[in-house]
Amino acid sequence: MKRLSEERIKVLFEKLAKYIGPNIKLLIERPDGLYCFREQKDRVYYISENILKLANTIQSENLVSAGTCFGKFTKTGKFRLHITALNYLAPYAQCKLWLKPAAEQQFLYGNNVSKAGLGRISENCEKYQGVLVYSMSDLPLGFGVAAKSTAECKLADPLAAICFHQADIGEYIRSEEDLL
Amino acid sequence: MDVVSQILEKSAQEAEKYKPITVEKHLELEIDLGTLLAVDTNEFDTNLLKRNADDYFLKLTRDNTQLLINQLWELPTEKVDEAIMVRLPTPKTLLPRMKPVPRPRPLTKWQKFANEKGIQKKKKSKLSWDEQLQKWIPMYGFKRAKADSTKNWVLEVPQNVDPYEDQFAKKTVAKSENVAKNELQRLRNIAKAKKVKVPRAGVTNPEVSSAKDLQAAVTVAKASTASLGKFQDNLPKEKKAKGVAPITPGVSRKRKLPPASGEHEKKENLNIVDSILNKRPKLDIEKAISKQIQHTSENSSSSSKGIGQRLQSREKQNRSKLAKKPKSGNGIRKGGKKGAGGRKRR
Repeated sequence: MKRLSEERIKVLFEKLAKYIGPNIKLLIERPDGLYCFREQKDRVYYISENILKLANTIQSENLVSAGTCFGKFTKTGKFRLHITALNYLAPYAQCKLWLKPAAEQQFLYGNNVSKAGLGRISENCEKYQGVLVYSMSDLPLGFGVAAKSTAECKLADPLAAICFHQADIGEYIRSEEDLL
Repeated sequence: MDVVSQILEKSAQEAEKYKPITVEKHLELEIDLGTLLAVDTNEFDTNLLKRNADDYFLKLTRDNTQLLINQLWELPTEKVDEAIMVRLPTPKTLLPRMKPVPRPRPLTKWQKFANEKGIQKKKKSKLSWDEQLQKWIPMYGFKRAKADSTKNWVLEVPQNVDPYEDQFAKKTVAKSENVAKNELQRLRNIAKAKKVKVPRAGVTNPEVSSAKDLQAAVTVAKASTASLGKFQDNLPKEKKAKGVAPITPGVSRKRKLPPASGEHEKKENLNIVDSILNKRPKLDIEKAISKQIQHTSENSSSSSKGIGQRLQSREKQNRSKLAKKPKSGNGIRKGGKKGAGGRKRR
């Protein structure tokens, strides 16, 4: 496990800031101990210092995963969030979107959210901001990117995409081997 | 009679000296005549073994050899130069080889690629019919060269090239370059097979080199100034080549960031977060418009009268606000410069 370079950590935080804004600080400064981001085979892991010390005893080529995988860096240097980061992003989400029960399955199969499936959306959501997607019973289902701002949503026609799909919990089954 | 008995006695004495050629065995021997090998699977006689082991083994070996030779005599014999010969059958026993099995020859880069793509080699005939010369021409060799020279006695000058350029010279250069390239690839294949590290060749020829090579060349060239490329401007969206650190001046390869204490790292990370969050927001027109729409819709919901008019008037306002702010000194001549005032007089 190695530390992220300054460029990479900037890319990572910029991505996280789209979803949770200033709440990134809460991920770094935690009352229950030190937590940090580490890189292993282009994947970024959020890991507590205690576990990190144990993980460092294992050779990097033998280590499959340690802590929580937040996502990976693509070959072009962009950062892509994985669904495994959902548990950390959901409590701090800035912009939320609730799905009607009928649209849940559509989203969980990897499709975008259309206006018809939109149950509720938080106010002042900007265009292309990161959005956390919930079911009507407040269960986090995944995240996406707002295709339209909240104000535009009201005027949009029912088939227009409201939120572009990024990751959903269906991936735990659909792409089990790609997650790690 | 006396003579007969004498002879019989003598032969009996001689027979006593030799042991009988018939040997009784509890289990038959496994005999492989091709390698002249006999394997005795019978148990040892423990009594005899204890009494005199050497003698016992000698006897046993003789008996088994006798059996092997009996088998040999059963094969068809032939006489060559007054010696009796036997042709041994093919051996049944597999002997382990002395030297290790040779490794398969490592594939060249092309062979590997062809295997992956499923490209198969096509057999070409050595001779081909030439319509122009009305002759069979070989694929290579002096006859081919001769045929080529007789055939291509004139060459067309392409439209977009210098008309005074020697097309024949160009062709020979191209040919020799191709040969050199093949040779280089052959050597590279050998080096790869023997796992020898080859130094990078750098940028060879702009016509041959790939975009990646050119990117590497640009990155290295930029760093090759007296100030190690500190004052070189970047093109928009320019990317730096990867893996050129060993040949780029002034670059030390960073493998891993040095270990830092958790607290220190946390502080660094918080600084980065602050710098990201405190970025001055760009003027996002989309965002501004969407905010505007939201604002108007809120207003309209409170008083539903005259929406259209209000929107229009707002847009007008917006446009006037969005226009460029007039800057000082536009349209007026700046003073201060000596002799700049007034019109030019002749």
